[in-house]
Amino acid sequence: MAAISLEAVSKVYPNGHAAVRDVTLGIDDGELLVLVGPSGSGKSTVLRLIAGLETASGGRITIGGGDVTDVAPQERDLAMVFQTYALYPHKSVRENLAFALEVRRMPAAQIEERVRAAATGLGIESLLDRKPAQLSGGQRQRVALGRAIVREPKAFLLDEPLSNLDPLLRAGTRAELALLHRRLGATMVYVTHDQEEAMTLATRMAVMNGGIIEQVAAPLEIFARPATTFVAQFVGTPSMNLWPATWSCAGAAQQMEAASFSLDAAKAAGASAAQDGSRLVIGLRPHDIDVTPIGGGDVDGTVELVEALGAWTTMHVRVGTDRELIRVAALAGPAARPGERVGLRFRRDRLQLFDAATQRNLLTS
Amino acid sequence: MTRPSWRWSFVTAVIVSAVLFPLGWAVLSSLTPESRLFQAPGLPRALVLDHYRALFDARDFWTPIRNSIIVAGSTTALSVTFGTACAYALVRMRFRGKTLVLAFVLAVSMFPQISIVAPLYLVLRELRLLDTYPGLVLPYLTFAMPLTIWMLVGFLRQLPAELEEAAFMDGASRWRTAWDVLLPLAAPGVATTAILTFLYCWNEFLFALSFALGPDSYTVPVAIVLFRGQYQVPWGEILAAAVVATAPVAAIVLVAQRHIVAGLTAGAVKG
Amino acid sequence: MSRTRLSPAGRGSNDADARLAWTLVLPALAITLAFGFLPIVWTFWESLHLHDLRMPWRGRPFVGAGNYLEIVADPRFWSALGHTGFFVAATLVIELAAGLLLAMALDRVTRARGLVRTAVLLPWAVPTVVVALIWRFMFESPGGLASTLAGGSRFAPQTWFADPVAAWIPLLLADAWKTTPFVAILLLAGLQQIDRSLYEAAEVDGASAWRRFRHITLPLLMPALLVAALFRSLDAFRVFDLVYVMTGGGPGTATEPIALYTFATLLQHLEFGLGAALSMIVFVMAFVVALASIRLFGGRAFLERSA
Repeated sequence: MAAISLEAVSKVYPNGHAAVRDVTLGIDDGELLVLVGPSGSGKSTVLRLIAGLETASGGRITIGGGDVTDVAPQERDLAMVFQTYALYPHKSVRENLAFALEVRRMPAAQIEERVRAAATGLGIESLLDRKPAQLSGGQRQRVALGRAIVREPKAFLLDEPLSNLDPLLRAGTRAELALLHRRLGATMVYVTHDQEEAMTLATRMAVMNGGIIEQVAAPLEIFARPATTFVAQFVGTPSMNLWPATWSCAGAAQQMEAASFSLDAAKAAGASAAQDGSRLVIGLRPHDIDVTPIGGGDVDGTVELVEALGAWTTMHVRVGTDRELIRVAALAGPAARPGERVGLRFRRDRLQLFDAATQRNLLTS
Repeated sequence: MTRPSWRWSFVTAVIVSAVLFPLGWAVLSSLTPESRLFQAPGLPRALVLDHYRALFDARDFWTPIRNSIIVAGSTTALSVTFGTACAYALVRMRFRGKTLVLAFVLAVSMFPQISIVAPLYLVLRELRLLDTYPGLVLPYLTFAMPLTIWMLVGFLRQLPAELEEAAFMDGASRWRTAWDVLLPLAAPGVATTAILTFLYCWNEFLFALSFALGPDSYTVPVAIVLFRGQYQVPWGEILAAAVVATAPVAAIVLVAQRHIVAGLTAGAVKG
Repeated sequence: MSRTRLSPAGRGSNDADARLAWTLVLPALAITLAFGFLPIVWTFWESLHLHDLRMPWRGRPFVGAGNYLEIVADPRFWSALGHTGFFVAATLVIELAAGLLLAMALDRVTRARGLVRTAVLLPWAVPTVVVALIWRFMFESPGGLASTLAGGSRFAPQTWFADPVAAWIPLLLADAWKTTPFVAILLLAGLQQIDRSLYEAAEVDGASAWRRFRHITLPLLMPALLVAALFRSLDAFRVFDLVYVMTGGGPGTATEPIALYTFATLLQHLEFGLGAALSMIVFVMAFVVALASIRLFGGRAFLERSA
């Protein structure tokens, strides 16, 4: 297993589109780093750059300390699991698993041994003589994983491996991947657009947007201290509420004034860094807002929409004349009804403060 | 499919008979003694193999057959090889002038043969290739390669590059990948163009006529057309030769009709 | 996102890639250039010179448009063009109509599909010279099949091939026999693309078979018909093998198409300059049709030519 690092790596396509811009990232030996972001954020491109399937326009890529920027994918000793699995359709499962080892001229007995071990570990020994077309989606995915495992590579690269599975299978396979990672102790670079997947699997997460990395940290750190407003509303469901506000300090009190309400926000993280009169964006997660009877909270509002998900309920509340509804999440219980007037109480200590100009969290800037 | 009706089955039967009749008549006539060929109708009393015997003994029809096989075979092999290589580069690689190359090759394949037969004759004469196998294979390639290239370009475009990328990750070189992963998948397309190319070469006449200097270099179509009888046109032998010339073609069609239809209609359907 | 191109990293990869690509393309390109493109350029150049191999003392002077003017003034040229035009039009009409009929019949066939398809493909695969010979044989007179069948009918000519008008009949029939199946297969593909439910809806609405044909089949088949038409026209325009073997252009030059006239000029009269000019005319006319078709349908249609 090896560590991977990217230094100021960029990828610009001939048509001028910059898919990856000045990305510096270190992936430690044995960690499961998830690259997460919306479509077009550059996460798959970063993965392909690590794999060597794309040539970097600038920067350096090293694997296990060695510079591989100009090294062909064949030589990098990385295993990749593709989104569509890319199993060789004309080869049997066994041949699919054995291919890479045959290319390396491994002795047949050793190949057989590894193939068998990997197949047994994934529960696909009975499928060894079938062709990919005869397998279900879940089985194909395991073969794709098996193909990677069999190689005992320096690191695993996984490109949205769960997105082609149906939702029921996805959760189960996700857990298996986590266990696999623990068992193998392998370095894994994992790409997904599903932030929930990222949160549950990653030892560390890199949130990407528009070709740059917005934040790299452990999932809970990202959840608790998002570095930018993008990360703040991308990670966490339902997504964080964000309000443009002005900060004012009057003596010991510190107030934030949003369009329809104002709060004393002295307890907010980063309050000490806020300057009087500065324009900010204030964030608060739906789970950190409590519903109270009308008049009992910080603001009053009208419930417009209620989404009951079973374990918890999301309410969309209109406060004042704001265009955006405030999202409130509460553990399941008697929920308010649409049209009802309620009060909302904000947990001050969970407020996040972002600079309106840089969109960066005041704590981390 | 709309309801099959007996009316349409009848039409089909009529058409199929009309289609097979001339061929059947030719086969029958080739087995009829020469003297009976232009006499009153009615099936001949006896069927004879005289014409076939004359064909192979007196006329040495083996030579044109051998020439046709070698020319058609070589052209097919080379056309498939060069054409596939060219198609691979056009689809999977990036280089300048790609569209130009494709357009150029396609355009040349549309040239009327008559328009270039004279300069080709002169070029081949200069290169001392008249009356040789390469002398026929090279012009044939000019018309056969575009077919391979176009069909395979269409085919390869439909194969996602991910399979080859997976092979790269597995450590396979470009060559190994092309051989072990791409070609098996492209095989149906390659087979179809091979068949179509072979048929084209087997049937070609103008170039074979113009670039052969003596009976030893004739291909089958030329040999048949240039049959000379001592006193009159030797129809019996001509028809026997026609049957022999058509037999391999018929065999190919029988075996590969599905492929052929697929190849011919791939373009028409997708447009 | 489905990629078709492969552009992996590697030492000096971009250049190595481009070099490899050119190496792969080179054989095909070189052969096409040498045996396809350069000859046309030569033909063009030659067409601007006087070059009669029977009169070598005249050398090879540059005459500009001289050859072209001579051709335009030559009645045999216009006859040949007329013959070609007639042949293209007649075969087009016959083959499209018969082809459509055959395609519709094939569409409805369920039994022995493979066998029927084979039978139907055979004429397409048979060498053109063989087709010409077989049909010549059938129409040979006296005593040939056609004459015998036509019996004493007043419509049957005495000798088919000695009659400048009658000689066209076996020619057209032979071409139709060879090519209609191919046209049928092209149209069949188009037919099978038409949504069946359209017919069902029309039947429910009480439309007769003819109505359904006119208002559903024909309009939706139009693209396939046009492809077949354009591409058959191109081939009919270049017809050579069939006429050379069946009538030799005769009687006299009564059935001589333009390709045959060019051939005669080059190889019988040995007038290379003139022949080159004729070649250029044929080339340009063919190219114009081809270009128009590509504009409309894309190049693919061109390559599935008859064997």
